[in-house]
Amino acid sequence: MLNFIIRRIAVAIPTLIILLIASFWLMQTAPGGPFTSERPLPAQVLANIEAKYGLDQPVYKQLWDYVVGILTQFDFGPSYKYKDRSVNDIIAQGFPVTLTYGVISFLVAIIVGGALGISAAIRQNSWLDYFAVGVTIGAQVLPNFVMAPILILVFTLWLGWLPGGGWNGGQWQHIIMPVIALSTSYMASIARLMRSSMLEVLRSNFIRTARAKGLPERTIIWRHALKPSLLPVVSYLGPAFVGMVTGSFIIDAIFGTGGIGYFYVNAAFNRDYAVMMGLTILLGSMTILFNMVVDILYAWIDPKIRL
Amino acid sequence: MNISIKAALLGSAIALAGPAFADKMHPTTGEKLAEDQTFTYRVLDEHTSVDPQIVEDVSGSEIVRDLFEGLYNQDKDGNLVPGVATGYSTNDDKTVYTFTLRDNAKWSDGKPVTAQDFVYAWQRLADPATASEYQWYVEVMNLKNAGPVMAGEAPLSDLGVKAIDDHTLEVTLASSLPYFAKTTTHASTFPAPKWAIDEHGTDWIKPENIVVNGAYTLTEHVANERSVRERNPMYWDNENTIIDKTVALVINDENVALTRYQAGELDRTEIPAGQYPALEQSHPEEAVIFPRLCSYYYTINVSDSAPEFLKDVRVRQALSYAIDRDVITEKVLQAGEIPAYTFTPGATAGFEVPAVDYAGWSQDERNAKAVELMAEAGYGADNPIDLTLLYNTSEAHKKIALAVSQMWKQNLGVKVTLENQEWKTYLTTRGEQNYEVARAGWCGDYNEASTFLDLVQSGSGYNDAKYANEMVDSLLADAKTMDNPQPNYSKVEEIIAADMPIIPIYHYSEDYMLSPEIVGSWPVNNVEQNWYSKDLYKVAK
Repeated sequence: MLNFIIRRIAVAIPTLIILLIASFWLMQTAPGGPFTSERPLPAQVLANIEAKYGLDQPVYKQLWDYVVGILTQFDFGPSYKYKDRSVNDIIAQGFPVTLTYGVISFLVAIIVGGALGISAAIRQNSWLDYFAVGVTIGAQVLPNFVMAPILILVFTLWLGWLPGGGWNGGQWQHIIMPVIALSTSYMASIARLMRSSMLEVLRSNFIRTARAKGLPERTIIWRHALKPSLLPVVSYLGPAFVGMVTGSFIIDAIFGTGGIGYFYVNAAFNRDYAVMMGLTILLGSMTILFNMVVDILYAWIDPKIRL
Repeated sequence: MNISIKAALLGSAIALAGPAFADKMHPTTGEKLAEDQTFTYRVLDEHTSVDPQIVEDVSGSEIVRDLFEGLYNQDKDGNLVPGVATGYSTNDDKTVYTFTLRDNAKWSDGKPVTAQDFVYAWQRLADPATASEYQWYVEVMNLKNAGPVMAGEAPLSDLGVKAIDDHTLEVTLASSLPYFAKTTTHASTFPAPKWAIDEHGTDWIKPENIVVNGAYTLTEHVANERSVRERNPMYWDNENTIIDKTVALVINDENVALTRYQAGELDRTEIPAGQYPALEQSHPEEAVIFPRLCSYYYTINVSDSAPEFLKDVRVRQALSYAIDRDVITEKVLQAGEIPAYTFTPGATAGFEVPAVDYAGWSQDERNAKAVELMAEAGYGADNPIDLTLLYNTSEAHKKIALAVSQMWKQNLGVKVTLENQEWKTYLTTRGEQNYEVARAGWCGDYNEASTFLDLVQSGSGYNDAKYANEMVDSLLADAKTMDNPQPNYSKVEEIIAADMPIIPIYHYSEDYMLSPEIVGSWPVNNVEQNWYSKDLYKVAK
């Protein structure tokens, strides 16, 4: 197992380096720069700004300085657009927000989705099954950029129960709608995966044997059927978790939560190089990390993988 | 302390506070004021900074105008009113301005606001080390030695600004500028507290460190979520300030913002495109529109890289004539925009829109003339023009481009290919003249026609058409020092209307939903929309 983990880490590091170089290069090749604006700056002004941020240096030097800054001082550089804060500030403020609603959404998606999927499978072709399938299909076809404004319309304008957005230091009232909007489609996917894999497992020979032995249904489901039926769900959970905690542009843009998702997309439009790089590194490392965690979990659930 | 004493103290505290809260009236209008004087408004995007010399965007400048106070402010009609300065005198040729500063202006830490604070701020703006995107503003102000100082070739002390004493600021200009005092309402000219900047570096504008001289101080800032400013008790006119707290909420989606406005969470939000007619019906008092200092136009590439047909003035005129501006403003946009036949908006101070001939024709006459001009130039059904219309990705620009391309096709048989590009890509394409006809917009930096007309000067960095006309250049150069430059401006507009390097389409309007409490004090007549929280107030419902 240890060997397996070391092997995975050894692959992760070059992946991150390639990601870093590729995104730096892509960013530099995009037309325009951080200071391109409708009012082009006079040459002198632009030269002063570029000198201040080191943008007058050759590209390889900029990349090198950037990497050195990260490794020696953990400094991800300044934002060229939001000049009163650094990339570290942006991450320190936005990431906890994203992480909070991301992790809660993840838990909600697993618990609700898992429960729906399992109960639908156990009571196949009952009203519960039809209900679960109906809900999941509905949830999957309703994109969150449609759902989010509807939630605000219903819960803020019509019912007046919840604030229409903002974060307010993470008050629970501000978390509910972002979590619903973010978790619903993941919840639906988990429920559908859970249902179909549970159904498949319940039809397999070893379950038939367990039933023949006269084991109670509860024991059959929890002791014997659950673990094997989790495999496809677990492989989905890695990307799903990354998808939820790395932030959502839609959630941040519609609910004004101040999370990292909006910063990331905007940084690309603003050509805010350091913010883009900093967030790419952060989100890239997380993606790699969680995929690794999934692989390890997988290996634990299914020993065949370790071979 | 026993309970009865406590109760007595509490009672007297209530008695003292009581009259202040009960039925507070506005001192001049006599309107009954609301108890809660919190003004909450929506901003589209996070502001760039609240450092006066660094800020470069509209929403940041709005905050800076509350936190800091420059020499002059604007009143609700856009006229100059004293800020830190109480008045000024000039020499005969208007090259030296001497401002007298009030002696009761204080920073939020209790230090007096002095002329040195302005000198420091203006030098800081010009300093190459500051690397401000608004560094060029010292050239707009025409300060003496601005160029060499900006380039780092002369010491900061050479800049044409100095403190005669604590309350006298002397400004020396490179040449006469009759409207100089107007330039001092711009955020980048506001004073800066050197001691706070020296102590905290770029962190000086964080709520825990900031030192301000405006009516409000920054108490909270969560990027991309909210910023809050509250009363600064040290402000010299704090007694006459009514709004206690101003909150800016970042809400990117304008429709969501409207929903939140309707739920009572906001006092001000923009009206989403196309929704003005319906909102005007349902909320006639809250839906307000007023003109802005902005123009929407199509720029035509007339540089060497342009296709031959665009170099033909008749084709450019025909393209302009064939656009039915009324359809664009009344059918497509529907929010009070003003059809434009000349570039500078009529709302600009001291500017009268000259009567260019095609503005007076009916659309049928314009269309007929356009067809005639096209035929003269040798284009028509048998030899159609094929052109690409570039715009930055946006639903609104697309709608207009579609309408215009239809007009060109139907009237002139021109085949139009629409091309949209992401903002910075589009700016680069336009700036490099890799386009044929492109959408563009321009808002004035200050309330004077030159902020628009400079755009057609041959040397201007904003002249993406690469239009060059010596006559225009000399008229504009002369206008700089004229007491009444209107004749020159009229002439320039007439030349542009004849040469048509740009096709004016409409002048923007601002359309807001303003809550019934705040709508009465909103400065709708200030075309630059320089508003100050200290001048607003909420009336009781």
